[in-house]
Amino acid sequence: MNREQLAARVLELVTEIAPDVDAATVIPGTDFRDQFDFDSMDTLNFAIALKRDLGVEVPESEYSQLASLDKCVSYLAPRVK
Amino acid sequence: MTVEFRLPALGADMDAGTIVEWHVQPGSRVKRGDVVAVVETDKGAIDVEIFEDGVVREILVQPGTRVPVGTALARIEADGGPAGPTAAAPGQDVETPPAVPAREAASEPRAVAAERAVATPAREAGSRRKISPAARKRARELDVDVESLQGTGPDGAITLDDVERARPSAEQVESVRPAETAETAEAVAVPAVTAGEPGGGMRTAIAAAMSRSKREIPHYYLSTTADVTDVVEWLRAHNASVPVDERLLLAALLVKAIALACRDRKGFSGYFRDGRYEESPAAHVGVAVALRGGGLVAPAIMDTADKPLAALMQDFRALVMRARAGRLRASELAAPTIILTSLGDAAVETVFPIIQPPQVAIVGAGAVVERAGVVQGQVEPRQVVTVSLGADHRVTDGRLGGQFLADVVARLGKPDSL
Repeated sequence: MNREQLAARVLELVTEIAPDVDAATVIPGTDFRDQFDFDSMDTLNFAIALKRDLGVEVPESEYSQLASLDKCVSYLAPRVK
Repeated sequence: MTVEFRLPALGADMDAGTIVEWHVQPGSRVKRGDVVAVVETDKGAIDVEIFEDGVVREILVQPGTRVPVGTALARIEADGGPAGPTAAAPGQDVETPPAVPAREAASEPRAVAAERAVATPAREAGSRRKISPAARKRARELDVDVESLQGTGPDGAITLDDVERARPSAEQVESVRPAETAETAEAVAVPAVTAGEPGGGMRTAIAAAMSRSKREIPHYYLSTTADVTDVVEWLRAHNASVPVDERLLLAALLVKAIALACRDRKGFSGYFRDGRYEESPAAHVGVAVALRGGGLVAPAIMDTADKPLAALMQDFRALVMRARAGRLRASELAAPTIILTSLGDAAVETVFPIIQPPQVAIVGAGAVVERAGVVQGQVEPRQVVTVSLGADHRVTDGRLGGQFLADVVARLGKPDSL
């Protein structure tokens, strides 16, 4: 999976766990929290989706690496098989 | 036995809904708990379940139609069981307080709607006057004869304001209310005004419920600071040792602590209706969920006290996701007996929570923050959270409220026992 494909997949997962987020409006470099009030429940659901879908288990201590779409891609790229 | 499947009330602030689609048709076999219809409400699309085993005989309301709560939506040929109170006959004793929609609701041989509709037009078919449910309820409270009123609403419908104007003059002082409350009542009285308009409709519904709360409920507020340093550490260790889908949030611990405290202490988990308080046999803790488009819903985690933390957390997660997707179930919205409103993610330190009628208590939690604390005479950094309580003076006083809050905090401090 290249970075673009990964970004698209991550975006899908974001809108899956946060159905009230419009994928078209997501700004890659801005934190989810600042864009659409991503909260601790969203982050947990997101981490669960990443594990299920991409097989990457993100420790709680590394949640900050998932703060924005860009950060997610950088963090996940070397970890996704 | 033929029973009517009615549109259930979804708490204090919903008066009508629009049928979006039916999942069944005449001849369909249904069993208790099946989602049979989708209804668009001020709280988004709601899956409405049936609490009856049987066969659908007739669909009475077609998709696209907006109807008041309590309206018969379909006729069901129910399987066996004793003939219970089913269709509302004109002249039925409307003053009988409805049962607390707790576990009994599921075991009653009739549609959940009949159980929960507090004051529906259908039940009060004896009167031919057009009147909003809110106005009718207020008229009962004030002992105002609606038949004697001149309605100023559409088609001569009696509005909340008409009722307020007719109340005995000694109480006139309190009837001076902000204009938007009057508008709220009008909007509720006129179906179709708010249909299919999520933000606006929901805001109207929230305003109506909170106006009623502030008008009717003599709140008292308490707050305490809980040192959760050890709990936060417990959570960190727990979450590091389990698979990602078994991780817990502090809010889940708090939900469980509230449910257990409700089990041991009366006066905080139930409904105040028709002038009296009824304790719910089981605590169904509602969780306030903020919607990103604006608005708020508080669906319940059913039978909260009986659920192990892992199961509770799973329900909690699913509930929040479905709330935000607009796919809650009617029973989840109607069920809360007490609510937790957690604003920790909003970096708020203290919440002054407002009770959602007909409930009588609500717990608020702020963010976990680091503060200087004193442990064995030494000042050290501690993680603390402010936990607050809004409760109803018609049912309890500050002393009992304080004991309840202290109990919640004590239980929160012992996560292994939750």
